[in-house]
Amino acid sequence: MTTKTKQLNRIDLIFKHEDDCKEILKKSFDRSSEEVINEMVNSGLKGRGGAGFPTGLKWKLTAESEEKTKYVICNADEGEPGTFKDREILTRVPHKVLAGMAMCAKIIGAKEGYIYLRGEYKYLVPQLREEIEKFHQIMAELNLDFVVDIFMGSGAYICGEESALFESMEGKRGEPRNKPPYPTECGYLDKPTVINNVETLAHSYTIMKYGAKKFRELGVKDSWGSKVFSVSGDTPIPGIYELELGMSVQDFVDDFGDGDTKAVQVGGASGFLVPRKRFAKSNIGYQGKLRGVSLPTGGSMMIFNSSRSMYNVLDNYLDFFQEESCGQCTPCRVGCQQLLKGIKAVKRGEKPAVYLDKLLKLTDTMRLTAKCGLGQSVANSFSSIVENFREEMIY
Amino acid sequence: MNDQAEFVKDLVAAHGTERESLLPILQAVIEKDRFLSEDAILKIAQETKIPAADVYGTASFYSFLDIVPRGKYVIRVCKTITCAMKGKNQILLALEDFLKIKPGETTPDKLFTILETNCLGWCHKAPAMLVNDEVYTELTPNKVIDILSSYKVKVDMV
Repeated sequence: MTTKTKQLNRIDLIFKHEDDCKEILKKSFDRSSEEVINEMVNSGLKGRGGAGFPTGLKWKLTAESEEKTKYVICNADEGEPGTFKDREILTRVPHKVLAGMAMCAKIIGAKEGYIYLRGEYKYLVPQLREEIEKFHQIMAELNLDFVVDIFMGSGAYICGEESALFESMEGKRGEPRNKPPYPTECGYLDKPTVINNVETLAHSYTIMKYGAKKFRELGVKDSWGSKVFSVSGDTPIPGIYELELGMSVQDFVDDFGDGDTKAVQVGGASGFLVPRKRFAKSNIGYQGKLRGVSLPTGGSMMIFNSSRSMYNVLDNYLDFFQEESCGQCTPCRVGCQQLLKGIKAVKRGEKPAVYLDKLLKLTDTMRLTAKCGLGQSVANSFSSIVENFREEMIY
Repeated sequence: MNDQAEFVKDLVAAHGTERESLLPILQAVIEKDRFLSEDAILKIAQETKIPAADVYGTASFYSFLDIVPRGKYVIRVCKTITCAMKGKNQILLALEDFLKIKPGETTPDKLFTILETNCLGWCHKAPAMLVNDEVYTELTPNKVIDILSSYKVKVDMV
């Protein structure tokens, strides 16, 4: 039996019902670009899609480009297993996301914006279109030449990777590009592009309304602010929760676990599996000065209790990656296949247990040589599962 | 000019011939026919002047741009970890049992296709599935049968 020592603070910033986008935007437009950028930089807001790039810096770099044509793109290709927070944000507070896009457009000088919406969320389109119409009216009233359109995805996880997303919008296979150059310099149609996650844009509205200082009252150093988490799996209270960054996994489990938690997958299939013995020492946030291991995340938290087989979990992830790999680079395309084949072979006794070490070495190679984050991240869950639950891979 | 060719011609007229228009065009054909036939691909290539190999190459990348025939209603059951934990196998069995086909197959009356797909973003209400563009969550074998029956009724009513 577990006794809850404390409950994690529930924050109410993102989903708060606020109908003042026009006023907040006017306030933002009346300030100089420099002021707004400084506010964003000072807030310490980092990308909420999982990669955690400083948002203010991204806007600043794109604003500095002398190119005439620029774009603002909202990455709504949410596809990381266990993540469903962007869908909620787009359903409940789409006007905040659009406001964030407008703020950015004004600063960088973009006239066109897009919401790249995953095909699996097509049922959101009617309501989004209505919202966009209202938004365009506000743009007209505020005299900003900025229009937003929806671009639909068609069932490809990799299109959530920013450069693959651009390729997809350009009518091609969603195959990531080499970086550099980065989107701030060369993005959609090779033009400077700010591409931000849905939640990041919604947070931009919050920062503009309440100021960077209020945002920094939450969270911890290098991981300021609040974040929306998607909680699922063996939990009595699955759902969406806005919480402060910087909590330990132990605190999280105390609040959301079912009393029998064996492990938590932080950050989806491309994140880390944290075993019970590491709960207290692992914190949720971005790389920085957090004690113990700091785990960046797009917010996906999947809880596994003692009834679950970690072999089954890893098999599921590898099957996912093998299927979703774009296929262009050998380390990922062949690596994912070999990892999946490998764990099945060890399980069936066709390969000895030490083969797992060869596979771990393979993931090291993938981390170094894969062209994009997908191939590079497979190592995260593979190594954290195999190293902590080795016996379950064999017997 | 047959219906399909006319349809594609109108699409290209509406969207344009730029490469950036390709995905919306492919998606519109899918919405109507549920798959991209060789004819459709060739017609799109012809109208846009994009090489047929590129049109096919792009289409074949995306799991929702089917290049093999599908039924009128394409069922996509989520197989990612949380849905797997919450009973997607029972859901698949219920579908297979009701429709008498296996994943990947289409019913002889060309109404339903069963496919598996990856995380649909409804993990807190797993298991989940799509039927074309509609999502259904918190599924149970009984619910699934009700859902399919309602689609069958729709067809009978036409």
